[in-house]
Amino acid sequence: MKTRRIAGSILYHGFILAFGFLMFYPVLWLIASSLKEHSEIFREAHILIPETIRLDNYVQGWRGFGGNTFGLFFKNSFIVSGISTFGQLASASLAAYGFTRVKFYGRKFWFAVMIATLLLPGQVLRIPQYVLFNQLGWIDTYLPLILPHFFAGPFFVFLIAQFIRGIPSELDEAATIDGCGKYAIFFKIILPNIKPPIITAGIFSFYWTWQDFFGPLLYIQTVEKYTAALALQLFSDPNSVTNWGAMFAMAVLSLVPVFIIFITFQRHLVEGISTTGLKG
Amino acid sequence: MRPYFRLFSAIGGKVKRKEYDNLAGYIFIMPWLFGFLAFMIVPMIMSLYLSLTRYNVLSSPTWVGLENYIKIFTKDPRFVQSLKVTGVYVATAVPLRLTFALFLAVLFSQKRMLVGFYRTIYYVPSLIGGSVAVAVMWRQLFGVYGALNSFLTSSGIMESNFGWITNPRTALWSLIVLAAWQFGSPMLIFLAGLKQIPASLYEVAAIDGANWWQTFTRITIPMLSPVIFFNLVMQTINNFMMFTQAYIITEGHPFDRTLVYILYLFQRGFTYNQMGYACALAWVLLVVVGIVTALIFKSSPHWVYYESKGDL
Repeated sequence: MKTRRIAGSILYHGFILAFGFLMFYPVLWLIASSLKEHSEIFREAHILIPETIRLDNYVQGWRGFGGNTFGLFFKNSFIVSGISTFGQLASASLAAYGFTRVKFYGRKFWFAVMIATLLLPGQVLRIPQYVLFNQLGWIDTYLPLILPHFFAGPFFVFLIAQFIRGIPSELDEAATIDGCGKYAIFFKIILPNIKPPIITAGIFSFYWTWQDFFGPLLYIQTVEKYTAALALQLFSDPNSVTNWGAMFAMAVLSLVPVFIIFITFQRHLVEGISTTGLKG
Repeated sequence: MRPYFRLFSAIGGKVKRKEYDNLAGYIFIMPWLFGFLAFMIVPMIMSLYLSLTRYNVLSSPTWVGLENYIKIFTKDPRFVQSLKVTGVYVATAVPLRLTFALFLAVLFSQKRMLVGFYRTIYYVPSLIGGSVAVAVMWRQLFGVYGALNSFLTSSGIMESNFGWITNPRTALWSLIVLAAWQFGSPMLIFLAGLKQIPASLYEVAAIDGANWWQTFTRITIPMLSPVIFFNLVMQTINNFMMFTQAYIITEGHPFDRTLVYILYLFQRGFTYNQMGYACALAWVLLVVVGIVTALIFKSSPHWVYYESKGDL
């Protein structure tokens, strides 16, 4: 019986590790290729261990193009993602509080409308949004990338609202007796207590804006304003001669913030997805 | 003063309280409400209008009635092609992704060493899968001189390099594999669902001598069906929206074999500057996605099992 259990255990872990390696292979390959020498990248391409580890690709990639270093593109991405995420968290927690703790006329209706918009395929609105922002003269600015995030995305409102529902309403009542209005309750009672969903929402918001490609592709024209995602795509433009090593190196760098955040906050992330069924 | 106000004034403070709550409520949800109107409702109305015009952004739109829609349905082979490509893509990528997700969720729901670590690691592809970094990597991985060919030729499985991304028969599959690779999120949602299934059901099944497969098909699947349904709806809608990967990896080539719908919409709108036509395409897609979603909802009574509360 015991040997059977050990055999089962070996089979289980062996399978998961083998499958995991296969699944993780593309990521490892990307990292390995970024460390290889030019001529080596596509010779015996599948081998993961470089003959010699070289950082040349990173140095060359960082130089960027058109006189702009990748440092600038990363800075742009951080600005866009940082401000967007701040706006998203502030607006979504306000809306989530309103939906859960204030009994106003039409509350259920608007909440249902908001949930329904979760099912609306967003890409179909790209063209009219572009036309709208074009008429406002916002093309080639960060406004179309940042401003919409200041108006509480339904995903985030839902995520935070679900958490607020779990905070005992006795706290609100006690504060009301102490003379707090709805606004004071939000700042004094709710806001200090919603750190977990704020972190989860913050991570997702940052990821989505950091990795967003369609938005910058439509709205950003000047190279100096490129975000990292857009710069990376231009880097690999099939119409120009591509320095693959450098491109792989910058691809790896663009994933570094994602990994750092993931490793730091993975518990929040996993719980966030599991409890709300967020993110496709 | 309006009559109902006078009616309520009898209850004095209550009315004030209600007015205060109404005002406070709308102030708090204002960020969402304004965004909903400005970035969703207004663009929707604009889109409906523009879809009935010819519009190239530079000059003002000219009214053409239903011309765009008629053209889409009667004289646009690329529309038909893109719908077909998207259909094949969604119909293969979604089941593949969900099968992987469910399979691994079942494996990771066991109480074993390192399981928490595995879950985290297996989520990583989902985390980065939509990024440009992965898309540019994918194109090289499956490229003529990429790792896949290098492995297949050096291990003697294939004689010479094969253009996975340029061959009409395999191009779409490079995108489908990438989609299946990102099973992490549905996997975590399945895991949360599996935890909700009462252990007593499995105990009873074990006493009755049910084998693994019977337990899986008679208990796990029915009990998990609401979660499967949720994942199916969300993934179907999401995969209809695929753009970045097709734009970067295959660019719709070869011969439009990977021309997914949003890519075609993008080309019409931004490459050919036919904004009106693109808006019409968007409305057609919205209807198509709506019909597909409605069909999934309609089918649900036949396979989604909702436990009525208090029955057990």
